[in-house]
Amino acid sequence: MKRVYVNEKWCLGCHLCEYYCAFAETGEKDIARALKTSKIKPRINIEEKDGVSFAVSCRHCTEPLCVKGCITGSLSVNNGVITIDTDRCVGCYTCILCCPFGAISPSETGAVQKCELCVKTLEGEPACVKGCPNNAIVFEERGVNL
Amino acid sequence: MKYVIIGNSAAAIGAVEGIRQADKQGEILIITNEPYHTYSRPLISYYFSKEKIKTSVKAGDLKLPHTENNSANTAFGGSPMKYRPADFYKDNNCELIHSTAVQIEPKKKKVMLADYSLVPYDRLLVATGSSPFTPPQFENLEKKHNFITLDDAIKLEKSITENSRVLIIGAGLIGLKCAEGILKRVASVTVADIAPRILPAVLEDESAKILQSHLEEKGIVFKLSTEVNNFDEYDIVVVAAGVRPNVELLRGIAEIGKGILINEKSETTAPDIYAAGDCTESLDVSSGEIKIMALLPNAYIQGEAAGVNMAGRDEPKVFDKAIPMNAVGFFGLHVITAGNYNGEVYTANTNKDYKKLFYSDNKLNGYILIGNIEKAGIYTSLIREKTPLDTIDFKLICEKPGLMAFTKEERLIKLEGVS
Repeated sequence: MKRVYVNEKWCLGCHLCEYYCAFAETGEKDIARALKTSKIKPRINIEEKDGVSFAVSCRHCTEPLCVKGCITGSLSVNNGVITIDTDRCVGCYTCILCCPFGAISPSETGAVQKCELCVKTLEGEPACVKGCPNNAIVFEERGVNL
Repeated sequence: MKYVIIGNSAAAIGAVEGIRQADKQGEILIITNEPYHTYSRPLISYYFSKEKIKTSVKAGDLKLPHTENNSANTAFGGSPMKYRPADFYKDNNCELIHSTAVQIEPKKKKVMLADYSLVPYDRLLVATGSSPFTPPQFENLEKKHNFITLDDAIKLEKSITENSRVLIIGAGLIGLKCAEGILKRVASVTVADIAPRILPAVLEDESAKILQSHLEEKGIVFKLSTEVNNFDEYDIVVVAAGVRPNVELLRGIAEIGKGILINEKSETTAPDIYAAGDCTESLDVSSGEIKIMALLPNAYIQGEAAGVNMAGRDEPKVFDKAIPMNAVGFFGLHVITAGNYNGEVYTANTNKDYKKLFYSDNKLNGYILIGNIEKAGIYTSLIREKTPLDTIDFKLICEKPGLMAFTKEERLIKLEGVS
């Protein structure tokens, strides 16, 4: 299955992936208008320190501790993509307790949020991949199972 | 192959999904003594506060197909309480029996049901959960309620009025979630515990005080280090004084300590009999002790391992990383904890947030986070994987959990798909 992989050597730390991620959720046409006044809550996050930077988003593990631990059944695997049913999530944060990558976060709605590879919003490559100016985030089949 | 599963909650569902990973054909029979589609037990506290949950339950959305009317039963339907979609049993080709297993005959490989009928099995899973413990002084108390099952919640909801003065015995997770759930629906909620602090099995003194203040601000009254024996000033008493694993079916058949002893493959000591979930005890890798870790994630993962191994997959499924852990929120304040609280302590408290990490012998033993719980799972993974702390930037990760604290090689594995 194709997943998002990051190449920290090429990451500029520009945070554009975070903006494209947040934009993809809005359903708006114009990124500036969509994001101008709001503090973004992206599903991909840049970690950076001492000149090193890289993006972290859901790994879509084949043995997903978040899905196995979910107390409501709101997290599930659909064709390899781990998705969240925000209507049913009660925001207990057991998935945040379980995820070894820190890739699930609280959201303003009360439900958790996570990368769903843009399957609900876009066709083709996820927005972070399309928007990365230096190919530091790619969408590839690497056959590795986490 | 004929699989029989006693129970219909997280461990049982994990087993069904585990069996079907390895065996699409074998017969699966689930014996449940509740008349419901599999539902999320921890959600019963939301029965009081989330209108959608209550109305869907009242509409019969959770009722099993062969018990009473079932008209609302579509997909997840309107029921946020369903632990799996409405078609789960059909999709996984399982049969459900609404009955109680009363006896196991291991030599004949049969389970006897309440009507004395016998159900044969090739592989059996005992996922019987736990039952509320009732201290003797509450045995005959008429206004006594429990708070474990959906029926308990339905009964309690029918009994409360806006004038009810409610006493909850036990300041554990069940008692406090019950208190949170009903607070706005009743006149007063008092929580009593013989322990000196709330969540005695989850928090230590300092963090318990922080959470207690938060709950008191919301209106909950606490009587700690107190044994209440006079109930006259209360209309309703909810006994949440802990639970006992349901082990009786395997008494004399498999080794039982406090719970049914299982190994990392979810096998009991009896051949072809597996167990998973709240009825079991197993190894806590954070402390090296055998204990009951009655948590939904452990129940599911043990159940899944049992299922795969019952189906006899060539490569057994092993769950050897169980640790105590909890994620819970009360009125918007979130608490996440894991492991044990021994060793040296790293503390970082602000007005809003509370953090304590416990470590010794180059290992993280446990942690407590209140407020800011972001990326807590990175700490959990350090405990679970017994990551040597000298292989990561421990100072950095104490301040801020993140993958930055790991070596570049480790990040290549985690983020770039290098194996």
